[in-house]
Amino acid sequence: MIIYGVAFLALCTLAGLFIGEVLGKLIGVPANVGGVGIAMLLLIFIGSYLNKRGLFDKKSEQGVEFWSAVYIPIVVAMAAQQNVAGALSGGPMAILAGLAAVGLGFALVPMLDRLGQPKTKTAAPSKPIPSTQR
Amino acid sequence: MYESMLKVINGYGLVSGFAVIGVTMWVSYWLSAKLTKGRLHGSAIAIFLGLVLAYVGGVTTGGQKGLVDISLLSGIGLLGGAMLRDFAIVATAFGVNVEELKRAGLSGVISLFVGIVSSFVAGVALALAFGYTDAVSLTTIGAGAVTYIVGPVTGAAIGASSEVMALSIAAGLVKSIAVMILTPFVAPLIGLNNPRTAVIFGGMMGTSSGVAGGLAATDPKLVPYGCLTAAFYTALGCLLGPSLLFLSVRGITG
Repeated sequence: MIIYGVAFLALCTLAGLFIGEVLGKLIGVPANVGGVGIAMLLLIFIGSYLNKRGLFDKKSEQGVEFWSAVYIPIVVAMAAQQNVAGALSGGPMAILAGLAAVGLGFALVPMLDRLGQPKTKTAAPSKPIPSTQR
Repeated sequence: MYESMLKVINGYGLVSGFAVIGVTMWVSYWLSAKLTKGRLHGSAIAIFLGLVLAYVGGVTTGGQKGLVDISLLSGIGLLGGAMLRDFAIVATAFGVNVEELKRAGLSGVISLFVGIVSSFVAGVALALAFGYTDAVSLTTIGAGAVTYIVGPVTGAAIGASSEVMALSIAAGLVKSIAVMILTPFVAPLIGLNNPRTAVIFGGMMGTSSGVAGGLAATDPKLVPYGCLTAAFYTALGCLLGPSLLFLSVRGITG
């Protein structure tokens, strides 16, 4: 039944957020430590275990797939309630600080991508040459 | 007439939210097909429209929750609130490839630290450029550039003034909005088209709404990979902000 999938998703979400809260308490941080991420890992691993044992049928899967499919509309609704006016009223320093952080973040993504690449793959010589030889 | 309509829309907030967002999505995909020939994702346009509407809502009502402050549209608050957002993000993990995730795991952890430190340094540098010299203000503004939650949490812990806290929140908001808008344009330049770079991207940017929106506008398949690392970012930032980062800034400024 579809509700099994929805309930499974709900249980994973709640369990993950709960673990995140407890971790936050233990470390002494006033934030949820990776709750959503832990919930995702629970969903992935328990989900594939149940799938292998045949306990998660197509109908139940639909209960998870629906929520995954309405993800984008939900993100649009999320965008519509951001405090955009507040962000822009922070003045040039706040705006530049935010933009600088984003620019630096974008610039470092390819660097980190190269850094952790397994050696067999970096052996492909075509990519890194232009930037490093100059 | 008008009163009856108000009664229905207010009483069925979430349902009205579905209707409004559905129409917004339709308009966005139509614009994407007609104006950009599909080059710019419909979801990117929808998110941008959402942000524009949020600006209009914020300016007209003076509130902090964008469009949701217009009482007729409060249902959008339920639809896009933290509860359903997190629920849907967890659901996207269903399509994740475990092998890809394992291969990117270590890079994801490294990217979290690099992401927090680089955002912090960017924020501190701008604060310096605008004339702040005391360690508390510098740290708080730098932490705001990490995320708009890390900023006030750090500021409260080290005793920053409320103006500096407000600035740090604004810096974090700008970051999260800029990530949503810019990611689809920057993605091809930085190779953001596979699970591995998505994991790194999530750790570098970290703002959960920014990463969620930016990846949705780029390629929905990448969403779970980025959101998984981003989920740890704010907490790690709250941990490092008032401790290691503050001490380093104090050590340098004396």
